[in-house]
Amino acid sequence: MGNRYTWRTSIVEILAILLGLVFLVPFYYVLSNSLKPFAEILTNTSALPKVLMFDNYVNAFEKLNFLTVFKNSLIVTIGSNIVLVIFCSMAAYMLVRTKKKISNIIFMTFVAAMIIPFQSIMIPLIKTAGTLGLLNSMWGLVFMYLGFGSGMTIFLYHGFIKGIPLELEEAAIIDGCTRFGVFWRIVFPLLKPITVTIVILNSLWIWNDFLLPSLVLQDPELRTIPLATFFFFGQYTKQWDLALAALVIGIIPLLIFFFTMQKHIIQGITSGSIK
Amino acid sequence: MNNESKLDTVKGSVLTNQKSTKVSPSVSFLNKKKWKEAGLFTLFVGPVLLAFILIVLIPFFTGIYYAFTDWNGVTGSVKWVGLDNFKYLFTEDKQFQQSFILTTKYTVVAIILTNLIGFGLALLVAQKLKTKNFLRTVFFMPNLIGGLILGFIWQFIFVKGFVSIGQLTGIPLFELAWLGDAKTAFWGIVIVSVWQGAGYIMIIYIAALQNVPQELIEAAKIDGANRFQVLRHITMPLVAPAVTICLFLTTASSFKVFDANLSLTNGGPFKSTEMLALNIYTEAFVNNRYGIGEAKALIFFIVVAAITVLQVTISKKREVES
Repeated sequence: MGNRYTWRTSIVEILAILLGLVFLVPFYYVLSNSLKPFAEILTNTSALPKVLMFDNYVNAFEKLNFLTVFKNSLIVTIGSNIVLVIFCSMAAYMLVRTKKKISNIIFMTFVAAMIIPFQSIMIPLIKTAGTLGLLNSMWGLVFMYLGFGSGMTIFLYHGFIKGIPLELEEAAIIDGCTRFGVFWRIVFPLLKPITVTIVILNSLWIWNDFLLPSLVLQDPELRTIPLATFFFFGQYTKQWDLALAALVIGIIPLLIFFFTMQKHIIQGITSGSIK
Repeated sequence: MNNESKLDTVKGSVLTNQKSTKVSPSVSFLNKKKWKEAGLFTLFVGPVLLAFILIVLIPFFTGIYYAFTDWNGVTGSVKWVGLDNFKYLFTEDKQFQQSFILTTKYTVVAIILTNLIGFGLALLVAQKLKTKNFLRTVFFMPNLIGGLILGFIWQFIFVKGFVSIGQLTGIPLFELAWLGDAKTAFWGIVIVSVWQGAGYIMIIYIAALQNVPQELIEAAKIDGANRFQVLRHITMPLVAPAVTICLFLTTASSFKVFDANLSLTNGGPFKSTEMLALNIYTEAFVNNRYGIGEAKALIFFIVVAAITVLQVTISKKREVES
Protein backbone atom coordinates (compact mmCIF):
# COMPACT_ATOMS: atom_id res chain seq x y z
CA MET A 1 0.00 0.00 0.00
CA GLY A 2 2.75 2.38 1.02
CA ASN A 3 4.45 2.84 -2.35
CA ARG A 4 1.25 3.47 -4.27
CA TYR A 5 1.82 6.96 -5.65
CA THR A 6 -1.15 6.95 -7.97
CA TRP A 7 -2.51 9.54 -10.41
CA ARG A 8 -4.99 10.42 -7.71
CA THR A 9 -2.23 11.29 -5.25
CA SER A 10 -0.43 13.35 -7.85
CA ILE A 11 -3.58 15.39 -8.52
CA VAL A 12 -3.95 15.96 -4.78
CA GLU A 13 -0.30 16.97 -4.68
CA ILE A 14 -0.75 19.54 -7.45
CA LEU A 15 -3.85 20.99 -5.76
CA ALA A 16 -2.03 21.12 -2.43
CA ILE A 17 0.90 22.98 -3.96
CA LEU A 18 -1.50 25.45 -5.60
CA LEU A 19 -3.14 26.04 -2.23
CA GLY A 20 0.29 26.52 -0.67
CA LEU A 21 1.04 29.17 -3.30
CA VAL A 22 -2.23 30.96 -2.47
CA PHE A 23 -1.08 31.04 1.16
CA LEU A 24 2.20 32.59 0.06
CA VAL A 25 0.66 35.25 -2.21
CA PRO A 26 0.60 37.99 0.47
CA PHE A 27 4.29 37.39 1.15
CA TYR A 28 5.01 37.59 -2.58
CA TYR A 29 3.25 40.95 -2.87
CA VAL A 30 5.00 42.45 0.13
CA LEU A 31 8.45 41.15 -0.80
CA SER A 32 8.37 41.96 -4.51
CA ASN A 33 6.91 45.43 -4.02
CA SER A 34 9.35 46.27 -1.27
CA LEU A 35 12.08 46.10 -3.94
CA LYS A 36 10.39 48.53 -6.36
CA PRO A 37 10.46 52.31 -6.55
CA PHE A 38 7.24 53.99 -5.47
CA ALA A 39 5.87 54.69 -8.97
CA GLU A 40 6.35 51.08 -10.02
CA ILE A 41 4.42 49.84 -6.96
CA LEU A 42 1.42 51.86 -8.09
CA THR A 43 1.53 50.89 -11.74
CA ASN A 44 2.81 47.31 -11.63
CA THR A 45 1.71 45.91 -8.30
CA SER A 46 1.50 42.27 -9.36
CA ALA A 47 4.60 42.05 -11.54
CA LEU A 48 8.06 41.13 -10.37
CA PRO A 49 10.32 44.17 -9.89
CA LYS A 50 12.08 45.31 -13.10
CA VAL A 51 15.31 45.95 -11.23
CA LEU A 52 16.02 44.87 -7.68
CA MET A 53 16.30 48.04 -5.66
CA PHE A 54 17.42 47.95 -2.05
CA ASP A 55 17.12 51.69 -1.36
CA ASN A 56 13.82 51.16 0.44
CA TYR A 57 15.52 48.82 2.84
CA VAL A 58 18.39 51.15 3.61
CA ASN A 59 15.89 53.93 4.15
CA ALA A 60 13.48 51.94 6.30
CA PHE A 61 16.31 50.41 8.30
CA GLU A 62 17.51 53.87 9.29
CA LYS A 63 14.10 55.41 9.87
CA LEU A 64 12.96 52.47 11.97
CA ASN A 65 16.13 52.81 13.99
CA PHE A 66 16.18 49.09 13.53
CA LEU A 67 19.29 48.16 15.51
CA THR A 68 17.96 49.84 18.66
CA VAL A 69 14.48 48.50 18.14
CA PHE A 70 15.75 44.98 17.52
CA LYS A 71 17.96 45.19 20.61
CA ASN A 72 14.95 46.31 22.70
CA SER A 73 12.83 43.41 21.46
CA LEU A 74 15.67 41.04 22.22
CA ILE A 75 16.22 42.39 25.76
CA VAL A 76 12.51 42.23 26.63
CA THR A 77 12.01 38.74 25.16
CA ILE A 78 15.17 37.19 26.61
CA GLY A 79 14.82 38.94 29.97
CA SER A 80 11.19 37.86 30.34
CA ASN A 81 12.03 34.29 29.38
CA ILE A 82 14.81 34.09 31.96
CA VAL A 83 12.72 35.35 34.87
CA LEU A 84 9.72 33.27 33.80
CA VAL A 85 11.75 30.06 33.59
CA ILE A 86 13.65 30.60 36.86
CA PHE A 87 10.84 31.78 39.12
CA CYS A 88 8.01 29.71 37.65
CA SER A 89 9.93 26.42 37.69
CA MET A 90 10.95 27.06 41.31
CA ALA A 91 7.40 27.92 42.31
CA ALA A 92 5.86 24.99 40.45
CA TYR A 93 8.37 22.61 42.06
CA MET A 94 7.57 23.82 45.56
CA LEU A 95 3.83 23.74 44.90
CA VAL A 96 4.02 20.13 43.71
CA ARG A 97 6.29 18.90 46.52
CA THR A 98 4.58 20.68 49.43
CA LYS A 99 1.46 18.66 50.03
CA LYS A 100 -0.53 21.32 51.82
CA LYS A 101 -3.77 23.13 51.27
CA ILE A 102 -2.00 26.43 50.66
CA SER A 103 -0.11 24.95 47.68
CA ASN A 104 -3.37 23.91 46.11
CA ILE A 105 -4.97 27.29 46.69
CA ILE A 106 -2.02 29.16 45.18
CA PHE A 107 -1.84 26.84 42.19
CA MET A 108 -5.56 27.08 41.49
CA THR A 109 -5.37 30.88 41.68
CA PHE A 110 -2.61 30.94 39.06
CA VAL A 111 -4.58 28.64 36.78
CA ALA A 112 -7.90 30.42 37.26
CA ALA A 113 -6.33 33.79 36.45
CA MET A 114 -5.34 32.48 33.01
CA ILE A 115 -8.87 33.17 31.81
CA ILE A 116 -8.70 36.90 32.60
CA PRO A 117 -8.38 38.73 29.27
CA PHE A 118 -5.75 41.46 29.14
CA GLN A 119 -8.37 44.12 28.40
CA SER A 120 -9.95 43.49 31.80
CA ILE A 121 -6.73 44.37 33.60
CA MET A 122 -5.01 46.97 31.48
CA ILE A 123 -6.70 50.15 32.72
CA PRO A 124 -5.94 49.78 36.46
CA LEU A 125 -2.64 48.06 35.64
CA ILE A 126 -1.26 51.19 34.03
CA LYS A 127 -2.27 53.13 37.14
CA THR A 128 -0.68 50.60 39.50
CA ALA A 129 2.42 50.42 37.31
CA GLY A 130 2.72 54.19 37.48
CA THR A 131 2.80 54.20 41.27
CA LEU A 132 5.27 51.29 41.30
CA GLY A 133 7.55 53.11 38.86
CA LEU A 134 7.29 50.36 36.24
CA LEU A 135 6.26 52.61 33.37
CA ASN A 136 8.65 53.58 30.62
CA SER A 137 11.19 50.96 31.61
CA MET A 138 12.10 47.71 29.93
CA TRP A 139 12.66 46.05 33.29
CA GLY A 140 9.20 47.15 34.35
CA LEU A 141 7.86 45.50 31.22
CA VAL A 142 9.83 42.32 31.98
CA PHE A 143 8.33 42.29 35.48
CA MET A 144 4.86 42.58 33.94
CA TYR A 145 5.52 39.66 31.60
CA LEU A 146 6.55 37.65 34.66
CA GLY A 147 3.13 38.38 36.14
CA PHE A 148 1.15 37.74 32.95
CA GLY A 149 3.09 34.67 31.85
CA SER A 150 3.18 33.05 35.27
CA GLY A 151 -0.20 31.28 34.96
CA MET A 152 0.56 29.25 31.87
CA THR A 153 4.23 28.69 32.70
CA ILE A 154 3.51 27.39 36.22
CA PHE A 155 0.68 25.29 34.84
CA LEU A 156 2.94 23.57 32.30
CA TYR A 157 5.81 23.06 34.79
CA HIS A 158 3.39 21.78 37.45
CA GLY A 159 2.04 19.08 35.15
CA PHE A 160 5.55 18.00 34.17
CA ILE A 161 7.05 17.94 37.68
CA LYS A 162 4.22 15.72 38.93
CA GLY A 163 5.60 13.00 36.69
CA ILE A 164 9.14 13.13 38.14
CA PRO A 165 9.77 10.36 40.72
CA LEU A 166 10.65 11.50 44.24
CA GLU A 167 13.36 8.84 44.77
CA LEU A 168 16.05 10.85 43.01
CA GLU A 169 15.52 13.84 45.25
CA GLU A 170 15.34 11.74 48.41
CA ALA A 171 18.66 10.16 47.58
CA ALA A 172 20.23 13.56 47.11
CA ILE A 173 18.82 14.85 50.38
CA ILE A 174 20.19 11.83 52.22
CA ASP A 175 23.54 12.68 50.61
CA GLY A 176 23.22 16.07 52.29
CA CYS A 177 22.12 18.26 49.38
CA THR A 178 19.96 21.28 50.33
CA ARG A 179 16.49 21.74 48.84
CA PHE A 180 17.86 24.58 46.74
CA GLY A 181 20.68 22.35 45.49
CA VAL A 182 18.30 19.46 44.85
CA PHE A 183 16.15 21.66 42.69
CA TRP A 184 18.90 23.24 40.60
CA ARG A 185 21.19 20.22 40.26
CA ILE A 186 18.71 17.37 39.98
CA VAL A 187 15.21 18.55 39.12
CA PHE A 188 15.85 21.51 36.83
CA PRO A 189 17.95 19.57 34.28
CA LEU A 190 15.14 17.02 34.03
CA LEU A 191 12.72 19.82 33.06
CA LYS A 192 14.54 20.56 29.80
CA PRO A 193 11.83 19.30 27.37
CA ILE A 194 9.06 21.35 28.96
CA THR A 195 11.41 24.34 29.33
CA VAL A 196 11.98 24.32 25.57
CA THR A 197 8.22 24.28 24.97
CA ILE A 198 7.67 27.08 27.46
CA VAL A 199 10.44 29.27 26.05
CA ILE A 200 9.09 28.90 22.50
CA LEU A 201 5.49 29.66 23.41
CA ASN A 202 6.46 32.64 25.58
CA SER A 203 8.95 33.99 23.02
CA LEU A 204 6.42 34.05 20.18
CA TRP A 205 3.89 35.76 22.44
CA ILE A 206 6.25 38.37 23.89
CA TRP A 207 8.11 39.11 20.65
CA ASN A 208 4.85 39.82 18.80
CA ASP A 209 2.97 41.50 21.63
CA PHE A 210 1.85 45.02 20.85
CA LEU A 211 -0.75 46.26 23.31
CA LEU A 212 1.16 45.89 26.60
CA PRO A 213 4.42 47.49 25.41
CA SER A 214 2.44 50.26 23.71
CA LEU A 215 0.92 51.16 27.08
CA VAL A 216 4.16 50.80 29.06
CA LEU A 217 6.92 52.14 26.82
CA GLN A 218 6.30 55.73 25.81
CA ASP A 219 9.89 56.75 25.12
CA PRO A 220 10.65 56.22 21.37
CA GLU A 221 14.11 54.96 22.31
CA LEU A 222 12.53 52.00 24.12
CA ARG A 223 10.23 50.80 21.31
CA THR A 224 10.10 47.13 20.36
CA ILE A 225 9.65 45.90 16.77
CA PRO A 226 5.81 45.78 16.75
CA LEU A 227 5.68 49.23 18.34
CA ALA A 228 8.16 50.73 15.89
CA THR A 229 6.27 49.18 12.97
CA PHE A 230 3.01 50.65 14.26
CA PHE A 231 4.37 54.17 14.57
CA PHE A 232 6.23 53.85 11.27
CA PHE A 233 2.99 52.91 9.52
CA GLY A 234 1.18 55.79 11.13
CA GLN A 235 3.86 58.21 9.99
CA TYR A 236 4.37 56.90 6.46
CA THR A 237 0.81 56.00 5.43
CA LYS A 238 0.51 55.47 1.71
CA GLN A 239 4.30 55.54 1.40
CA TRP A 240 4.20 51.89 0.55
CA ASP A 241 7.81 51.65 -0.62
CA LEU A 242 9.12 52.42 2.86
CA ALA A 243 6.34 50.70 4.75
CA LEU A 244 6.70 47.38 2.92
CA ALA A 245 10.45 47.27 3.42
CA ALA A 246 9.86 47.98 7.12
CA LEU A 247 7.41 45.07 7.31
CA VAL A 248 9.90 42.68 5.72
CA ILE A 249 12.64 43.82 8.10
CA GLY A 250 10.26 43.23 11.01
CA ILE A 251 9.47 39.68 9.88
CA ILE A 252 13.02 38.49 9.14
CA PRO A 253 14.08 37.78 12.77
CA LEU A 254 10.96 35.63 13.22
CA LEU A 255 11.67 33.65 10.07
CA ILE A 256 15.26 33.00 11.16
CA PHE A 257 14.01 31.86 14.56
CA PHE A 258 11.43 29.62 12.91
CA PHE A 259 13.75 27.91 10.46
CA THR A 260 16.39 27.17 13.10
CA MET A 261 13.86 25.90 15.65
CA GLN A 262 11.11 24.51 13.41
CA LYS A 263 10.97 21.04 14.92
CA HIS A 264 10.84 22.35 18.49
CA ILE A 265 8.23 24.98 17.61
CA ILE A 266 5.84 22.46 16.09
CA GLN A 267 6.36 20.08 19.02
CA GLY A 268 5.97 22.90 21.50
CA ILE A 269 2.66 24.02 20.06
CA THR A 270 1.35 20.47 20.00
CA SER A 271 2.24 19.72 23.59
CA GLY A 272 1.35 23.22 24.83
CA SER A 273 -2.16 23.15 23.40
CA ILE A 274 -3.12 19.66 24.47
CA LYS A 275 -2.54 20.42 28.13
CA MET B 1 35.48 16.69 41.70
CA ASN B 2 34.53 20.19 42.62
CA ASN B 3 30.89 19.28 43.04
CA GLU B 4 31.70 16.33 45.21
CA SER B 5 33.79 18.35 47.59
CA LYS B 6 31.00 20.93 47.79
CA LEU B 7 28.55 18.17 48.61
CA ASP B 8 30.89 16.95 51.33
CA THR B 9 31.02 20.31 53.02
CA VAL B 10 27.23 20.57 52.81
CA LYS B 11 26.98 17.11 54.33
CA GLY B 12 29.29 18.12 57.10
CA SER B 13 27.30 21.20 57.99
CA VAL B 14 24.04 19.25 58.01
CA LEU B 15 25.57 16.69 60.36
CA THR B 16 26.78 19.33 62.80
CA ASN B 17 23.36 20.94 62.66
CA GLN B 18 21.76 17.69 63.66
CA LYS B 19 24.14 17.30 66.55
CA SER B 20 23.36 20.72 67.91
CA THR B 21 19.60 20.25 67.56
CA LYS B 22 19.75 16.97 69.41
CA VAL B 23 20.62 18.89 72.52
CA SER B 24 17.57 21.15 72.36
CA PRO B 25 14.10 19.77 73.16
CA SER B 26 12.26 18.16 70.27
CA VAL B 27 9.41 20.71 70.27
CA SER B 28 11.65 23.60 69.32
CA PHE B 29 13.32 21.36 66.74
CA LEU B 30 9.95 20.83 65.07
CA ASN B 31 9.21 24.54 65.25
CA LYS B 32 12.54 25.35 63.71
CA LYS B 33 11.95 22.84 60.92
CA LYS B 34 8.54 24.32 60.27
CA TRP B 35 10.00 27.80 60.03
CA LYS B 36 12.72 26.56 57.73
CA GLU B 37 10.13 24.94 55.48
CA ALA B 38 8.01 28.06 55.43
CA GLY B 39 11.10 30.09 54.55
CA LEU B 40 11.99 27.77 51.70
CA PHE B 41 8.41 27.86 50.46
CA THR B 42 8.49 31.65 50.42
CA LEU B 43 11.86 31.68 48.70
CA PHE B 44 10.63 29.40 45.90
CA VAL B 45 7.07 30.65 45.43
CA GLY B 46 7.39 34.23 46.66
CA PRO B 47 8.98 36.10 43.72
CA VAL B 48 6.53 35.02 41.05
CA LEU B 49 3.60 35.25 43.45
CA LEU B 50 4.54 38.85 44.18
CA ALA B 51 4.64 39.72 40.46
CA PHE B 52 1.37 37.90 39.92
CA ILE B 53 -0.40 39.72 42.76
CA LEU B 54 0.88 43.15 41.73
CA ILE B 55 0.38 42.75 37.98
CA VAL B 56 -2.70 40.53 37.71
CA LEU B 57 -4.71 40.24 40.93
CA ILE B 58 -4.66 43.80 42.27
CA PRO B 59 -5.47 45.44 38.91
CA PHE B 60 -8.19 42.85 38.29
CA PHE B 61 -9.98 43.51 41.57
CA THR B 62 -9.52 47.27 41.56
CA GLY B 63 -10.83 47.13 37.99
CA ILE B 64 -14.05 45.53 39.18
CA TYR B 65 -14.41 48.34 41.72
CA TYR B 66 -13.78 51.03 39.09
CA ALA B 67 -16.53 49.56 36.90
CA PHE B 68 -18.99 51.00 39.41
CA THR B 69 -17.44 54.47 39.50
CA ASP B 70 -17.15 57.55 37.29
CA TRP B 71 -13.32 57.44 37.28
CA ASN B 72 -11.81 59.33 34.36
CA GLY B 73 -8.17 58.80 35.23
CA VAL B 74 -7.34 62.51 35.15
CA THR B 75 -9.04 64.11 38.13
CA GLY B 76 -8.43 62.58 41.51
CA SER B 77 -12.08 62.14 42.41
CA VAL B 78 -13.60 58.72 42.00
CA LYS B 79 -17.31 58.62 42.73
CA TRP B 80 -19.35 55.45 43.27
CA VAL B 81 -22.17 55.42 40.72
CA GLY B 82 -23.62 51.95 41.28
CA LEU B 83 -24.97 50.31 38.17
CA ASP B 84 -25.11 53.53 36.14
CA ASN B 85 -22.27 52.51 33.83
CA PHE B 86 -23.94 49.23 33.00
CA LYS B 87 -27.30 50.93 32.49
CA TYR B 88 -25.61 53.34 30.11
CA LEU B 89 -23.97 50.50 28.17
CA PHE B 90 -27.16 48.53 27.71
CA THR B 91 -29.52 51.41 27.00
CA GLU B 92 -27.54 54.25 25.42
CA ASP B 93 -24.16 53.10 24.14
CA LYS B 94 -25.13 51.98 20.62
CA GLN B 95 -21.46 51.61 19.63
CA PHE B 96 -20.84 49.11 22.43
CA GLN B 97 -23.92 47.08 21.54
CA GLN B 98 -22.93 47.08 17.90
CA SER B 99 -19.37 46.01 18.79
CA PHE B 100 -20.73 43.21 20.94
CA ILE B 101 -22.95 41.87 18.16
CA LEU B 102 -20.19 42.28 15.59
CA THR B 103 -17.67 40.44 17.78
CA THR B 104 -20.11 37.58 18.31
CA LYS B 105 -20.77 37.36 14.59
CA TYR B 106 -17.07 37.52 13.83
CA THR B 107 -16.30 34.83 16.43
CA VAL B 108 -18.85 32.42 14.93
CA VAL B 109 -17.59 32.95 11.38
CA ALA B 110 -13.91 32.76 12.38
CA ILE B 111 -14.39 29.57 14.45
CA ILE B 112 -16.14 27.74 11.62
CA LEU B 113 -13.75 28.82 8.85
CA THR B 114 -10.52 28.42 10.85
CA ASN B 115 -11.45 24.93 11.99
CA LEU B 116 -12.76 23.73 8.64
CA ILE B 117 -9.71 25.02 6.78
CA GLY B 118 -7.30 23.92 9.52
CA PHE B 119 -8.76 20.40 9.51
CA GLY B 120 -8.75 20.31 5.71
CA LEU B 121 -5.08 21.33 5.65
CA ALA B 122 -4.24 18.68 8.24
CA LEU B 123 -5.97 16.00 6.14
CA LEU B 124 -4.12 17.25 3.08
CA VAL B 125 -0.71 17.22 4.74
CA ALA B 126 -1.42 13.79 6.26
CA GLN B 127 -1.55 12.31 2.71
CA LYS B 128 1.48 10.59 1.26
CA LEU B 129 2.63 13.70 -0.58
CA LYS B 130 6.21 14.37 -1.60
CA THR B 131 5.97 18.01 -0.56
CA LYS B 132 4.12 17.51 2.72
CA ASN B 133 6.84 18.87 5.00
CA PHE B 134 7.27 21.93 2.81
CA LEU B 135 3.50 22.49 2.70
CA ARG B 136 3.16 22.14 6.44
CA THR B 137 5.77 24.88 6.88
CA VAL B 138 4.01 27.14 4.37
CA PHE B 139 0.58 26.76 5.97
CA PHE B 140 2.01 27.36 9.42
CA MET B 141 4.19 30.35 8.59
CA PRO B 142 1.58 33.15 8.88
CA ASN B 143 1.05 32.07 12.47
CA LEU B 144 4.53 33.08 13.52
CA ILE B 145 3.96 36.71 12.69
CA GLY B 146 2.00 38.80 15.13
CA GLY B 147 -1.47 40.07 14.30
CA LEU B 148 -0.28 43.65 14.08
CA ILE B 149 2.23 43.11 11.27
CA LEU B 150 -0.15 40.69 9.50
CA GLY B 151 -2.84 43.37 9.52
CA PHE B 152 -0.48 45.82 7.84
CA ILE B 153 0.57 43.23 5.24
CA TRP B 154 -3.07 42.63 4.36
CA GLN B 155 -3.81 46.33 4.31
CA PHE B 156 -1.45 46.51 1.35
CA ILE B 157 -3.03 43.43 -0.25
CA PHE B 158 -6.55 44.82 0.07
CA VAL B 159 -5.68 48.36 -1.00
CA LYS B 160 -3.17 47.69 -3.79
CA GLY B 161 -2.85 43.94 -4.42
CA PHE B 162 -6.54 43.21 -4.90
CA VAL B 163 -7.00 46.18 -7.22
CA SER B 164 -4.15 44.93 -9.37
CA ILE B 165 -5.48 41.35 -9.42
CA GLY B 166 -8.88 42.75 -10.33
CA GLN B 167 -7.42 44.66 -13.28
CA LEU B 168 -5.51 41.61 -14.49
CA THR B 169 -8.32 39.08 -14.17
CA GLY B 170 -11.44 41.22 -14.47
CA ILE B 171 -13.03 39.45 -11.50
CA PRO B 172 -15.28 42.10 -9.88
CA LEU B 173 -14.78 40.67 -6.39
CA PHE B 174 -11.22 41.98 -6.39
CA GLU B 175 -12.16 45.41 -7.67
CA LEU B 176 -14.20 46.32 -4.60
CA ALA B 177 -12.82 48.82 -2.13
CA TRP B 178 -12.47 46.10 0.50
CA LEU B 179 -11.53 48.22 3.49
CA GLY B 180 -13.78 51.13 2.55
CA ASP B 181 -17.04 49.29 3.11
CA ALA B 182 -18.35 47.93 6.41
CA LYS B 183 -19.33 44.51 5.01
CA THR B 184 -16.16 43.74 3.08
CA ALA B 185 -13.93 45.22 5.80
CA PHE B 186 -15.50 42.74 8.23
CA TRP B 187 -14.64 39.91 5.85
CA GLY B 188 -11.17 41.38 5.50
CA ILE B 189 -10.55 40.85 9.22
CA VAL B 190 -11.99 37.34 8.92
CA ILE B 191 -9.63 36.52 6.03
CA VAL B 192 -6.58 37.74 7.96
CA SER B 193 -7.44 35.79 11.09
CA VAL B 194 -8.25 32.60 9.20
CA TRP B 195 -5.03 32.91 7.21
CA GLN B 196 -3.17 33.28 10.49
CA GLY B 197 -5.04 30.76 12.63
CA ALA B 198 -5.63 27.85 10.24
CA GLY B 199 -1.98 26.76 10.34
CA TYR B 200 -1.93 26.67 14.14
CA ILE B 201 -5.11 24.62 14.29
CA MET B 202 -3.70 22.39 11.55
CA ILE B 203 -0.71 21.47 13.78
CA ILE B 204 -3.06 20.27 16.53
CA TYR B 205 -5.20 18.30 14.09
CA ILE B 206 -2.10 16.70 12.55
CA ALA B 207 -1.06 15.45 15.99
CA ALA B 208 -4.56 14.06 16.52
CA LEU B 209 -4.63 12.38 13.10
CA GLN B 210 -1.28 10.73 13.78
CA ASN B 211 -2.79 9.09 16.85
CA VAL B 212 -5.51 7.37 14.81
CA PRO B 213 -4.40 3.72 14.58
CA GLN B 214 -3.60 2.86 10.96
CA GLU B 215 -4.88 -0.71 11.44
CA LEU B 216 -8.40 0.55 12.08
CA ILE B 217 -8.44 2.42 8.79
CA GLU B 218 -7.00 -0.54 6.88
CA ALA B 219 -9.54 -2.86 8.50
CA ALA B 220 -12.41 -0.57 7.54
CA LYS B 221 -11.12 -0.38 3.97
CA ILE B 222 -10.93 -4.17 3.77
CA ASP B 223 -14.51 -4.30 4.98
CA GLY B 224 -15.41 -2.16 1.98
CA ALA B 225 -15.66 1.34 3.47
CA ASN B 226 -14.93 4.19 1.07
CA ARG B 227 -12.86 7.26 1.90
CA PHE B 228 -15.74 9.32 3.19
CA GLN B 229 -17.06 6.51 5.33
CA VAL B 230 -13.61 6.07 6.87
CA LEU B 231 -13.42 9.81 7.54
CA ARG B 232 -16.94 9.99 8.94
CA HIS B 233 -16.99 6.84 11.08
CA ILE B 234 -13.35 6.18 12.03
CA THR B 235 -11.26 9.34 11.82
CA MET B 236 -13.78 11.93 12.99
CA PRO B 237 -14.82 10.20 16.24
CA LEU B 238 -11.18 9.56 17.12
CA VAL B 239 -10.09 13.16 16.63
CA ALA B 240 -13.15 14.54 18.49
CA PRO B 241 -11.13 15.56 21.60
CA ALA B 242 -8.84 17.66 19.40
CA VAL B 243 -11.90 19.27 17.83
CA THR B 244 -13.06 20.36 21.29
CA ILE B 245 -9.65 21.85 22.07
CA CYS B 246 -9.47 23.68 18.75
CA LEU B 247 -13.03 25.00 18.93
CA PHE B 248 -12.41 26.64 22.26
CA LEU B 249 -8.92 27.87 21.37
CA THR B 250 -10.36 29.66 18.35
CA THR B 251 -13.38 30.91 20.30
CA ALA B 252 -11.26 32.55 22.97
CA SER B 253 -8.74 34.03 20.54
CA SER B 254 -11.41 35.30 18.11
CA PHE B 255 -13.43 36.93 20.84
CA LYS B 256 -10.32 38.75 22.04
CA VAL B 257 -9.18 39.90 18.56
CA PHE B 258 -7.39 43.23 18.78
CA ASP B 259 -4.10 43.55 16.87
CA ALA B 260 -5.41 42.70 13.40
CA ASN B 261 -8.47 44.85 14.02
CA LEU B 262 -6.30 47.82 14.95
CA SER B 263 -3.80 47.55 12.10
CA LEU B 264 -6.14 46.48 9.30
CA THR B 265 -9.15 48.77 9.73
CA ASN B 266 -8.67 50.59 13.05
CA GLY B 267 -12.42 50.08 13.46
CA GLY B 268 -13.22 51.92 10.25
CA PRO B 269 -14.96 52.86 8.10
CA PHE B 270 -16.87 54.96 10.64
CA LYS B 271 -16.37 52.54 13.54
CA SER B 272 -18.34 49.88 11.68
CA THR B 273 -15.67 47.20 12.29
CA GLU B 274 -14.77 48.12 15.87
CA MET B 275 -14.67 44.86 17.83
CA LEU B 276 -15.07 44.68 21.61
CA ALA B 277 -11.39 44.72 22.58
CA LEU B 278 -10.76 47.77 20.43
CA ASN B 279 -13.93 49.40 21.75
CA ILE B 280 -12.71 48.98 25.34
CA TYR B 281 -9.30 50.35 24.39
CA THR B 282 -10.76 53.46 22.72
CA GLU B 283 -13.18 54.10 25.57
CA ALA B 284 -10.37 54.04 28.10
CA PHE B 285 -7.35 55.50 26.36
CA VAL B 286 -8.89 57.76 23.71
CA ASN B 287 -12.10 58.96 25.40
CA ASN B 288 -10.53 58.75 28.88
CA ARG B 289 -13.71 57.32 30.37
CA TYR B 290 -12.06 54.72 32.56
CA GLY B 291 -15.14 53.86 34.60
CA ILE B 292 -17.20 53.00 31.55
CA GLY B 293 -14.22 51.26 29.97
CA GLU B 294 -13.90 49.08 33.07
CA ALA B 295 -17.61 48.24 32.99
CA LYS B 296 -17.12 47.05 29.42
CA ALA B 297 -14.01 45.13 30.44
CA LEU B 298 -15.96 43.40 33.21
CA ILE B 299 -18.65 42.26 30.79
CA PHE B 300 -15.89 41.15 28.43
CA PHE B 301 -14.30 39.13 31.22
CA ILE B 302 -17.58 37.45 32.16
CA VAL B 303 -18.16 36.30 28.58
CA VAL B 304 -14.58 35.00 28.17
CA ALA B 305 -14.73 33.26 31.57
CA ALA B 306 -18.05 31.63 30.71
CA ILE B 307 -16.62 30.28 27.45
CA THR B 308 -13.55 28.88 29.24
CA VAL B 309 -15.49 27.29 32.09
CA LEU B 310 -17.75 25.65 29.51
CA GLN B 311 -14.66 24.36 27.72
CA VAL B 312 -13.15 22.84 30.86
CA THR B 313 -16.40 21.15 31.87
CA ILE B 314 -16.95 19.67 28.43
CA SER B 315 -13.41 18.33 28.03
CA LYS B 316 -13.44 16.90 31.58
CA LYS B 317 -16.70 15.14 30.77
CA ARG B 318 -15.17 13.74 27.59
CA GLU B 319 -12.16 12.43 29.52
CA VAL B 320 -14.44 10.58 31.93
CA GLU B 321 -16.48 9.07 29.13
CA SER B 322 -13.53 7.78 27.14
